[in-house]
Amino acid sequence: MFPFSFEWVWDMDHIVFHGGLWYALNIMGLGMTYCIIKAAWDTYKGKGGHNH
Amino acid sequence: MDSALIPRGVKRCPTWQFILGIVIVGAVLLWGVFAMLLCWIKGLNQTNMNTAYGFAIWIWADLAVIAVGGGAFFTGFLRYIVGKDELKNIINFAVLIGFICYSSALLILAIDIGQPLRGWFIFWHANVHSMLTEVAFCLSCYFGVLCIEYLPLILENRQIDKVPFFHNLSHNMHEIMAVFAATGAFLSFFHQGSLGGVAGVLFGRPFGFREGVLIWPWTFFLFTWSAAACGPCFTILITKITEAIARKKLVKDNVIELLAKISGWMLLTYSVAKIADTWYWATVTAPSKGFTLMDFYSNNPLYGIWILILEVGICGVLPALILITDKGRKTSFALWAAVILAVIGVCLNRWVMVLQILAVPVMPFISWHMYFPSWQEIATTILPVAYGIILIMISYRYLPIFPQEAELNPIEPPTYAEEDKQEQEEPVETQEASNAPEPEMQPAEA
Amino acid sequence: MKQEKAKKYGMVIDLDKCTGCGSCMVACMAENNVPFREDESDKLLSIAWMRVYKLTNGKPFPDTDICYLPRPCMHCEGHHGHSPCVSVCPATATDYSEETGIVSQIYTRCFGCRYCMAACPYHVRLFNWWDPVWPDGMEKSLSPNVSVRMRGVVEKCSFCFHRYQLTMDKAHMEGRRELEEDEYQTACTQACPAGAITFGDLNNPKHTVYRMVKPDHKQGGKPKNPKAFRLLERLGTNPKVYYLTSREWVRSMDDNYLKNESK
Repeated sequence: MFPFSFEWVWDMDHIVFHGGLWYALNIMGLGMTYCIIKAAWDTYKGKGGHNH
Repeated sequence: MDSALIPRGVKRCPTWQFILGIVIVGAVLLWGVFAMLLCWIKGLNQTNMNTAYGFAIWIWADLAVIAVGGGAFFTGFLRYIVGKDELKNIINFAVLIGFICYSSALLILAIDIGQPLRGWFIFWHANVHSMLTEVAFCLSCYFGVLCIEYLPLILENRQIDKVPFFHNLSHNMHEIMAVFAATGAFLSFFHQGSLGGVAGVLFGRPFGFREGVLIWPWTFFLFTWSAAACGPCFTILITKITEAIARKKLVKDNVIELLAKISGWMLLTYSVAKIADTWYWATVTAPSKGFTLMDFYSNNPLYGIWILILEVGICGVLPALILITDKGRKTSFALWAAVILAVIGVCLNRWVMVLQILAVPVMPFISWHMYFPSWQEIATTILPVAYGIILIMISYRYLPIFPQEAELNPIEPPTYAEEDKQEQEEPVETQEASNAPEPEMQPAEA
Repeated sequence: MKQEKAKKYGMVIDLDKCTGCGSCMVACMAENNVPFREDESDKLLSIAWMRVYKLTNGKPFPDTDICYLPRPCMHCEGHHGHSPCVSVCPATATDYSEETGIVSQIYTRCFGCRYCMAACPYHVRLFNWWDPVWPDGMEKSLSPNVSVRMRGVVEKCSFCFHRYQLTMDKAHMEGRRELEEDEYQTACTQACPAGAITFGDLNNPKHTVYRMVKPDHKQGGKPKNPKAFRLLERLGTNPKVYYLTSREWVRSMDDNYLKNESK
């Protein structure tokens, strides 16, 4: 899963497989981080509840 | 008692009736949990699996729930990527069903492996050449996507929504839901396919083995295709069952018909591809290994050619033909029959691609292996069904799952008055948050 | 210390010599700490790395003939080490050694998904449905060179790999990089009273196994000896266990054939 585990080989198979995995994980992680930070910011700015 | 939690503008059954339902289904759930604990504590000797059947009913159940749970990714794909806007009225329920199916699949896998505490090895020591590794990664990631898709629904509960942060979070998540849906579609394509690949790469098992393109056998594409075709059928089926139990219409006909039509065409094209695949396998692949088609369907008490006819013909082509015709979709009985057949078909396909592969003797001097699950296996397979029913019951009662419900089932004004009166009696902090108008049932991404 | 040349350890079993006595099975179980249960009658639940199958020509007396077929792990090479089980293991708990040609199983790495069992057409891979229970005192006689397996993991014949390791250690201490043919032999080979099992390096023309089957490495190891065959040759598993027989009806059971095919 990580380059430091001994099964890891720097070949195309590992790069494609784990590249796809980390790509998906990053989208999910960054997407959620964006939502949470924006929600906190919006709340700080007084948005939310039932104002819109 | 719990009316403050129930979405505005809709009516739900009395609390006692709801709790009674939960208790009855909960008893079945506990039975399953007991069997699950037996398997974890005493080991897999509680099952009827053996040397010949390393995979059995659990792996079938796993593949089947993932196939029928495919409605979530495909409906999401159609709604957010293709732009079929009407599907916003069923996407919430599709996501909920997907969430149930995928969480069930993960639970079943956790019971199925011999050393559950080592389950993380599949990630840590991943063999990227194994189809099962691809399944594990994509399945877990996609379950994460489903959690992300299900979360805003929970946040839209009437009381939770009053908390500004949660309201904003839910709103923001809806704003970028297309990104998550696209990621989900990408992951689903691979894990649905990899589940097909699990069987297709077994070159030591002529019944399952298929040629393919690059590293992917044809079953890879057939599994994705069939999940995309039959997953929405399962969504429609569960919607119809929910409507029958709730005794009211929850989704407009045009939404169901659109999904049914797309599903029908997917199923028809899948059936054509499946027939082509079967033909090539029966005439080229299997004979090259020394088998005729009928070698796989004779000399045993269960697996006859009927299973192929049932899977591809009666549960493949027939429902597809019903669903692609306008009359078929508009006739209640035909629609019911088509979605039930399609769901049976895809489950049968998964059974065949797990159990029959192992049943067929490969060494010429051994005979067919037959298998019947132990009660522990049956109970743990029913467990996710009970869990799913409970989660649907709770979600339906407290969350705005069906955006069209209020419009389709207008309720009497006095009920509003009663609810308002009740809310006034709530604690101060809740009252402060509820100063603004209550949200009506609305499409989740509104 | 590595060997100078890559080995391809394999086995030749002369079916015309095998009497079905089961000594190979017993020796294997004792050598490899294979667990057993009080009731061993259900062979689909019991564990035997080496299993002897009974084949019959199906003819009535006096033409009845019987053949006993011992079946260890085939240590399939597949196509370039792509053996059926190794390629599917999701946790890299089994490996094909290019150095010895042996398919290993790492018990502490296996988490018991059993995908390898589904992949193996020879039913060589066995699952520990129970934790091993040894009769009182027997645990003292277990081999210290082979780890016992816990419930929930898959195990299989290793060509007594621990013997290879011990022999290599010995050779290393003596400053040698190559083993003599008789230095590394499996327990079943040594236990067979009929001398039906031969073990050695299929890459080494001096070894008996090579001379017996004459493997054609350009043809994926197919035997040049017309009396030799491998089980399920046409699946492409490329096994390293060869069988010898002069009986046609036994040969007809080495693989699956269509009716119009001459074997």
